[in-house]
Amino acid sequence: MEWVLFLIFALVAAGAGVGMVLQRSPIYSALCLILALFAQAGLYVLLGAELIAFVHIFVYAGAIMVLFLFVIMLLDLRPEDRSPVRSNPVGVSVGLILAGLLLAELALGVGPHIALGPRGAYDFETVRAVGNTQAVGRILFREYLIPFELTSVILLAAMVGAMVLAKRKLE
Amino acid sequence: MDFLFATILKIALVMGLVLLAVAYLTWLERKVIADIQVRYGPSRVGRFGLLQPIADGIKLMFKEDIVPANADRLIFLLAPVISIIPALIVFAVIPFGPSFVITDVNVGLLYVFAVTSLGVYGIVLAGWGSNSKYALLGGLRSSAQMVSYELSLGLSVIGVVMMAGSLSLVDIVEAQKGSWYGILPRWNVIPQFLGFVIFLVSSTAELNRAPFDLPEAETELVAGFHTEYSSMKFAMFFMAEYANMIGASAMATTLFLGGWQGPLLPPVIWFLLKVFCFLFLFVWLRATVPRFRYDQLMGFGWKVLLPLALVNLMLTAAALLIVS
Repeated sequence: MEWVLFLIFALVAAGAGVGMVLQRSPIYSALCLILALFAQAGLYVLLGAELIAFVHIFVYAGAIMVLFLFVIMLLDLRPEDRSPVRSNPVGVSVGLILAGLLLAELALGVGPHIALGPRGAYDFETVRAVGNTQAVGRILFREYLIPFELTSVILLAAMVGAMVLAKRKLE
Repeated sequence: MDFLFATILKIALVMGLVLLAVAYLTWLERKVIADIQVRYGPSRVGRFGLLQPIADGIKLMFKEDIVPANADRLIFLLAPVISIIPALIVFAVIPFGPSFVITDVNVGLLYVFAVTSLGVYGIVLAGWGSNSKYALLGGLRSSAQMVSYELSLGLSVIGVVMMAGSLSLVDIVEAQKGSWYGILPRWNVIPQFLGFVIFLVSSTAELNRAPFDLPEAETELVAGFHTEYSSMKFAMFFMAEYANMIGASAMATTLFLGGWQGPLLPPVIWFLLKVFCFLFLFVWLRATVPRFRYDQLMGFGWKVLLPLALVNLMLTAAALLIVS
């Protein structure tokens, strides 16, 4: 049962990701991205991380992507022109080599750790026992308190910066 | 198998109840507003106009279904569906009685917020897909409004979560059991009064109800995002709005009024009674207050409600620290 669900979510996520890149209309691209975010949330639920799953939907699908759509609509972006693709043999070969290198690097760097990496302190059973929200809260406010606070400060600075840039004339 | 059967039965019961309530909420709204304005309201179809919602439903189904020539067909068709699904699946985690809840998710409150935050897509996409300037402006307005008020809505309930120590709606209702000094019910509305008011105001704004119904301000925007919609597609937006209203009332009841708890009467009746009070309040508001101006709406959300919600949060945290 879980395998079937995993397969569905994984396929939808991958398909929507590809669709996002291939769509010509920016609105459809954004919608594909939202679909991919949903499928990803489904994967989180399968991993027993309900909190992450719903925060994911709430923050990304519910807030950030709405603003994306908002900007796309305000800018009135037209679908991309469908210009005939001229393949440049040099470009294609360089691209292929780079993609191959990236793949090899991923396989070498990440591959061995998938099976052999150490188990973290918070595996499926522990999280079940402590509670989803509690587990995240504990890690966030005990082990990673300083990075968490630093991130907040950086985000605040970015917000203030954006406002200063947008409001050229400050009264 | 029994579990599956019981769940399906519960879902069918809740959906049937909600859809029936949606239909009769329109009747209630027309009757109450008519009474307030010293009119009769619907009175021709059935006794007291009680069959009016059914007549309206049949009428809407047989109306011509128009898709504007330059509309984006797929998005135009998808928007009403996207708008009604979140409105209905909210009821999956709401406890109607001691053991009457479809499913008790351990992050139930977050689930409700995640799901309701998606309702805005229906409106934005309807506005864009219609390819009409009124619909587009209505959709943009509404998305800005909903994103702004979602912040204070989310912050207003954190106090409740802190007091219950859980995000599960069943636990939140359980935490409101008992009474203070034997008479005052231990409902969150008393210690969290500020949070309650913020929740109520922000959810009115989220619902696009008067006095926050700017997305469909008819004097400026014709009918806002659903200008180009007709027949059942229009009806779906309408149903979504009313289902959202019931959902928000149910959430207010669960979070602040102790859910299904109350003396003498059976729990489900208590729950429905409290929900009805909120629904009546929303209708009453619509008949009483004039619409906000757009800049007032934005200013109020960001400069009044959001700071107040933060103050409420800090006060709750301080009080809880002192008590423990």
